[in-house]
Amino acid sequence: MDQSVEKTETSEVAAETPPPILSVNNIEVIYNHVILVLKGVSLDVPKGGIVALLGANGAGKTTTLKAISNLLNAERGEVTKGSINFEGAEVHALSPNDLVKRGCIQVMEGRHCFEHLTVEENLLTGAYTRGSDRKGVRSDIEMVYGYFPRLKERRTSLAGYISGGEQQMCAIGRALMSRPKMMLLDEPSMGLAPQLVEEIFEITKRLNEEQGVSVLLAEQNVNMALRYAQFGYILENGRVVLDGEAATLRENEDVKEFYLGGSGGNRKSFRDVKHYKRRKRWLA
Amino acid sequence: MMFFLEATIAGLLAGVMYSLVALGFVLIFKASGVFNFAQGVMALFAALTLVGLLQGTVPFVHTNNPDWALPAWLAIIITILVMILLAVLIERLILRHLVNQEHIILFMATLGLAYVLEGAGDLIWGSDVKVLDLGLPQGANDWLLDNYDLYVEKIEMVAAVTAVLLVTVLAIFFHKTRIGRALRAVADDHQAALSVGISLRTIWVIVWSVSGIVALVAGVMWGAKSGIQFSLSLIALKALPVLMLGGFTSIPGAIIGGLIIGVGEKWAEIYAGPYIGGAIENWFAYMLALIFLLFRPQGLFGEKIIERV
Repeated sequence: MDQSVEKTETSEVAAETPPPILSVNNIEVIYNHVILVLKGVSLDVPKGGIVALLGANGAGKTTTLKAISNLLNAERGEVTKGSINFEGAEVHALSPNDLVKRGCIQVMEGRHCFEHLTVEENLLTGAYTRGSDRKGVRSDIEMVYGYFPRLKERRTSLAGYISGGEQQMCAIGRALMSRPKMMLLDEPSMGLAPQLVEEIFEITKRLNEEQGVSVLLAEQNVNMALRYAQFGYILENGRVVLDGEAATLRENEDVKEFYLGGSGGNRKSFRDVKHYKRRKRWLA
Repeated sequence: MMFFLEATIAGLLAGVMYSLVALGFVLIFKASGVFNFAQGVMALFAALTLVGLLQGTVPFVHTNNPDWALPAWLAIIITILVMILLAVLIERLILRHLVNQEHIILFMATLGLAYVLEGAGDLIWGSDVKVLDLGLPQGANDWLLDNYDLYVEKIEMVAAVTAVLLVTVLAIFFHKTRIGRALRAVADDHQAALSVGISLRTIWVIVWSVSGIVALVAGVMWGAKSGIQFSLSLIALKALPVLMLGGFTSIPGAIIGGLIIGVGEKWAEIYAGPYIGGAIENWFAYMLALIFLLFRPQGLFGEKIIERV
């Protein structure tokens, strides 16, 4: 987003542009001390909003999310420049554990359920940071089952044996158990049937509206993501190359060309597309 | 018939002792995927510390000062604290720096740890053979001997009861408590556990502490039986076949694996021994483990590798 916009924090103006719940400023991420993956990514997520982070494989979506949730350290990655603010506080040095306590949780790509725990135990594990608040945890489990009735049916099954869609629900439900203010969703559509993808996005939207969870959504399924998000960023090669309102992005010729498939009448042959791509890089 | 029963009981009770050692391995393997080569030495170190405190041994000097001798309950508590401190140190100095490394690298680290601990044990408490006297009963159970003509060692009965208690407590801990669930979650998927806010460092300290305490129990039982000396650390080798049989990830597996091996050893020695010249007891367990590795590598109760199609 435009960095030059003055951040007026007076309450009168705040009604118009609330301060973002998450703001990432020009971060650079290096893996293994040598591999530069993010070359200055900035983004804002408004409180209560859904923001999409789009891009092809290897563009840096997952790395951006992991930089925010601080799961990079475990993979020998490091944020070397820039800052990450969550609710106005710098969080880049916090452990994932502290960050979850503050209300920012990531749902990892590929679901990552605890396979040898039952569905319900998976959900309980999500409440780990809440200590021994049994009553609250119990009622939250019912809340999660309310959103994902299928999980209730499979509550005693081992998470390793449920279907991919159910695992994705289980992973989101598990994250919900920490009572997050902000959820970082990494490719919830991965490997799922279109109908299921729609169901998951629909539920995410409801969670956003009813539970007030802000969402940063990394997706390759640009079409779907832009239908549910209000704002989008497009990453390419570790840089934000384009951003804007979801509606605007959907109409953008280049987005149509590269991510939504075809720009209307004259389809280009594959060779032409490559050529076109090489000539006309994103220049944001 | 009586002889058969006696052999079986002796086998079962010896098996419990194997299980006690195997338990410590299972705990750490479950929570961190690390095969802790130092488990046997941890048992030795724990037992040495306990004996040292009981006898009032002056650390590093190795002379006994009767004034420093502590009562058994206090010595046990302090030993438990020492094992927890050890867990904290292991996490600080080793595990923390090897996060997300290959399992084999962590395994090598525990190999190193085994040597360090062994040396530390010698250095602090001396290397002579010590007798552990916790007031545990010795000799045969008279009642069984008089009424049924069965020879059963009392110390082994105590070990069996202890093992049952220990396993019950551990099972409840793993399945019913928040921390226990977190331990199992970490065992399944480090990354995911991190992402839901489980602190790996805390979990590792807890799991190494628990397995340190299990090592203490194993060390005490074995130590009371055969004296405390370097060879105590070799009981770890006996636990290996137990683990292969029962599965590296299963607590009940460790118990049942131990029992099968204990009984199998005795039977093999008694009934097959005479035909092939004896000494079967020494290799029987490994043979059994080898067969299991060929036909059921996850062991009897190990977690199946879940593969969805």
